[in-house]
Amino acid sequence: MDTAETNSTLKKIQVQRFKPESDPKETYMTEETGIWSWLTTVDHKKIGIMYLASITFFFFVGGLMALMIRTELWTPAKTFIEANTYNQLFTLHGSIMIFLFLVPSVPAALGNFILPLQLGAKDVAFPRLNLLSYYLYLTGAFIAIFAILNGGIDTGWTFYTPYSSTTGGAVTTMTFGIFVIGFSSILTGVNFITTIHKMRAPGMTWDKLPLFCWGLYATSIIQILATPVLAITLALVAMERILGIGIFDPALGGDPVLYQHFFWFYSHPAVYIMIVPGFGVVSEVITTFSRKHIFGYWAIAISSLSIAFIGFLVWGHHMFVSGQAALASMVFSFLTFLVGIPTGIKMFNWTATLYKGSIDLKSPLLYIFGFFFLFLVGGLTGIVLASIALDVHLHDTYYVVAHFHFVMVGGMVMAFLAGLHYWWPKITGKMYNEMMAKIACGIIFVGFNVTFLPQFVMGAQGMPRRYFNYIEQFQPFHQISTVGSYILGFGFVMVFFYLVKSLFRGEKAPANPWGSRALEWQVASPPPLHNFHHTPVIVNGPYDYHKPMEEFQLGLASSGNGHGESNVEVDSSDEEQIHAE
Amino acid sequence: MNLLNDLLPPAKSTLAHQTDALFWFVHISSLVLTIGLISVLVYFVYKYRRKSDDEVTPVITHNNKLEVTWSVIPLILVLVVFGWGYKVYMEQEVIPDDAYEVNVTAQKWMWQFKYKNGAQTNGELHVPADRPIKLVMSSKDVIHSFYVPDYRIKQDVVPGRYTELWFNAPEPGESIVFCTEYCGDGHSNMMAKVIVHKQGEFDDWLAENAGGSGGSKPSDLAPAEWGKQLAQNNACMTCHSTDGSKMTGPTWKGLFGHEAKLKDGSTVEADENYIRESILQPQAKIVEGFQPVMPSFQGQLNDDQINAIIEYIKTLK
Repeated sequence: MDTAETNSTLKKIQVQRFKPESDPKETYMTEETGIWSWLTTVDHKKIGIMYLASITFFFFVGGLMALMIRTELWTPAKTFIEANTYNQLFTLHGSIMIFLFLVPSVPAALGNFILPLQLGAKDVAFPRLNLLSYYLYLTGAFIAIFAILNGGIDTGWTFYTPYSSTTGGAVTTMTFGIFVIGFSSILTGVNFITTIHKMRAPGMTWDKLPLFCWGLYATSIIQILATPVLAITLALVAMERILGIGIFDPALGGDPVLYQHFFWFYSHPAVYIMIVPGFGVVSEVITTFSRKHIFGYWAIAISSLSIAFIGFLVWGHHMFVSGQAALASMVFSFLTFLVGIPTGIKMFNWTATLYKGSIDLKSPLLYIFGFFFLFLVGGLTGIVLASIALDVHLHDTYYVVAHFHFVMVGGMVMAFLAGLHYWWPKITGKMYNEMMAKIACGIIFVGFNVTFLPQFVMGAQGMPRRYFNYIEQFQPFHQISTVGSYILGFGFVMVFFYLVKSLFRGEKAPANPWGSRALEWQVASPPPLHNFHHTPVIVNGPYDYHKPMEEFQLGLASSGNGHGESNVEVDSSDEEQIHAE
Repeated sequence: MNLLNDLLPPAKSTLAHQTDALFWFVHISSLVLTIGLISVLVYFVYKYRRKSDDEVTPVITHNNKLEVTWSVIPLILVLVVFGWGYKVYMEQEVIPDDAYEVNVTAQKWMWQFKYKNGAQTNGELHVPADRPIKLVMSSKDVIHSFYVPDYRIKQDVVPGRYTELWFNAPEPGESIVFCTEYCGDGHSNMMAKVIVHKQGEFDDWLAENAGGSGGSKPSDLAPAEWGKQLAQNNACMTCHSTDGSKMTGPTWKGLFGHEAKLKDGSTVEADENYIRESILQPQAKIVEGFQPVMPSFQGQLNDDQINAIIEYIKTLK
């Protein structure tokens, strides 16, 4: 607050310390109960949990499909399913994991729960819109399931034309489902941007915004700008299939490469929708468990925004061999390398944050280190693929499959699990078994590498992706990969079990088990229905670990945050005067 | 270096080594960076592990010099990789003027190659060694992609337009061709072979096949044997098994003379007329349990050839 003297708009406000309750009697879970209160809730925390339950379900559905795919690939010819079934499985695995798990995972599930708490707000800006996004997501998911049961789809998650406009099955229904889910994503984006702009607690200037919020902010911008393009593209595919209007199908006078431009104009930024919120989780967990100020706050915040921006300009790197102009390929390749720089900056900054920290290797941090290695490999192989000459050889081989699984599973799923473990005590009020969490993290890490490292090798050797049969020389790699996938699957099931078990048998979680300075830890676990009984006041940055904990628990002395003061316990001995903006 | 060589397929074209050099440059520098960064991480985690619960950490918010350094050095490195990759790509793109031209047609699920003198093959691309070969490619249905791992080249084959690709294989030999753009149930069987001949041998082969490959029966083959050869050359085996197993299309084993149950509920006896119709107009009668995905062979097989294939099917009991 060294600028206090020069700023003429300063006014003095009375603040006092509000210690979080250690054993809250009334929480968001106990105040409104019953199934109806959940289904009609506008509470961001309950909506976040409903999202969490839904994405968990779809993650295991998609995961089961992955295991079936890997099992089929045990032998070079048919192992236990038909080629067409296999094609449907990899299509659904991709679509479910991307549209029903990855895109909503961190923003809609964890973000919904944590964002308003981190901002010191009672809820998101548009609570009803938030509930609507959840139901749109659910509706889209049901339409997609209906499509699967009514003919299925075998186009791959990319729906490339003219294959998708000519093949049988329920392509139109499926694209409609994804169209609807897209609107859920857009509404969440609008909601988060408004919330971050308008609902920050007094004193929370942009330079005190937690990096998780910066990540969600960048993500939301991509969501609202890119998703409409997907909606338009899918609508055009549907028009072509239903009305026979030639847009992409050359038999009708259309251009199939145009489809690829449209599709990747959404789907490349979508990659950043999936990974940027993960970056936010990494910053939170690393600072908390090293009890240290983040290194290069602005570098990390701005790099998220620049990834979001440059991410819009690189879609053509999916199309180096599609027949697009060589000049276009050159420009897209160049821009793609530029995205690598802000990503690299983040990695270096996180490492530097650990320097001279007080590092406690708890399970969330362990998951982050898993993220660190796997995402590093995923990112560097991205550099390989960004180089045109190398991409010509590696495009559409298992090298690409391994690359994006390292980024999406190794990066995003690990970051999601880190976030889930980190905020689990806050969300549920229960502690999970730390030992089990560490073992599961190790199993997932090993299983993941056994699954996907061999895929780099066979990809470099020329094994194409989406192959039902393959030539015998690749069999050893496929078999190692299949064994790895079972280990990986076991690891995820283990996480599910010990987390669910903690709900019933877990120890009660204290308000701030990790000693974090972030605002969401300055309320009870689980939080009250309206998050804060007081209006929080922010005087320090979220990573100011050199300042005492008391300074992070301040709120307006005069207000009860609109709920009256009767139920507020005030520790009046800590009452003090602080300058705040 | 043997281990490294085994990680990539053998380099059998004049440009393959250039791709490989870049491949190793990026991978080895990435490996160094990964080991470096992970070592620092592990060292920090050990060195700065929490020893007591009331430790106070120093306030280090940023360091401009350090941050500029680790932004600029990677930037230079990636620009090198960009420039290098683009340079090699341009050599892959610019087709030499004296290249020998072959037409490629892709369709579900076969590769067809046509030569200037009328020679035509399915699934086998015969080319002379040590000479630039230019492929002019188009698709009859959906997007396919022509990929030869040994040559490190790949190009999508798109319906409604021509795409081009070139290579120069200095030594005689064989290399596998994969389709790498997903194109349906037979995608993973849509393979072909590049067969590189010495120039003289290639000329002989070309002369022998002038005017359409084997439009009439070679005298040393029985009709059924010729039919078997034709079935293989025309990629029938991609979808039809001869051992009774169910693939994309109905098996040929025991096909002749049996009653086929059709999608509309009717049945038809698989006689000569039925088989002939199925080859020329595959969508006319669809067997129950199968998709209408077979391409027509009208104009590709003459009557003698169709007869030979029927003779071959008759032998599969």
